Amino acid sequence: MSFSANSGVVAESWEIRIEKEADIIAVRQLVRELTREHKFDQFVAAALTTAASELSRNVWVHAKSGVARIGVLRGERIGLELSFVDKGPGIADLQKALAGGYSTANSLGLGLSGTKRLVDEFHIETETGLGTTIVIRKWKKDF
Amino acid sequence: MPSGGIPILRIGHTLLATIQLDLHDTVVDAFQSDVLEEMERTGADGLIIDISALESVDSYVARMLSNTGKMAKLMGAETVIVGMRPAVAATLVRMGYFMTGIRTALSLEEGLEIQASRSKDGRRSEIP
Repeated sequence: MSFSANSGVVAESWEIRIEKEADIIAVRQLVRELTREHKFDQFVAAALTTAASELSRNVWVHAKSGVARIGVLRGERIGLELSFVDKGPGIADLQKALAGGYSTANSLGLGLSGTKRLVDEFHIETETGLGTTIVIRKWKKDF
Repeated sequence: MPSGGIPILRIGHTLLATIQLDLHDTVVDAFQSDVLEEMERTGADGLIIDISALESVDSYVARMLSNTGKMAKLMGAETVIVGMRPAVAATLVRMGYFMTGIRTALSLEEGLEIQASRSKDGRRSEIP
């Protein structure tokens, strides 16, 4: 995975293991705290917090175990980079999942396609039987 | 009233539930059954869910709210969700999540007025 040259570097980062349901909340709270600390507006903050919640939940529901890494990006602008890595079952039909093709009863489909629309950058690597890695970035909006 | 979970108050024929921040999924699930049981116990035909404390709502919570509304409807109750923050509304629309089974109002006051106006139509039965 490669990013554009101006995307900034991860200045500080945290790691939270996702192994129980409460860890989803821990990830969400850390993201929320960072958006407050760096004064993101409520819309960007909510998008990041929601994306963090969706992706953490996917790890918990489908892989039962994984890692969330949260980093503050510093460059021309401030942003957050969130990555979620698991060694779960992987996503069998990625295109379908990203298009929101799974039924609404399946939390995976809706979460992925919806989350993609909330963030500025969305990168995913997945392989059946090996696991999934998702990296998202969203920048603070200065008006 | 159920303990350890989301407080559910009764105002006339209406139940009012106020959701606080950062719910564990188990609290979310318990809320749904608590509300329905309280509805049966009191005979309430209206439900107001106040989400003004929520700064974000993910698809899991949105689905729970929607399903609770549909379940309440099967029991003869209308559900109004109040206090949705701008960022929550924006996020839900951007995610493409459309909540059915519920209607919304901006304030708790407006939600109470909506529930109260339903009784004026004479659709409500006598208080047991």
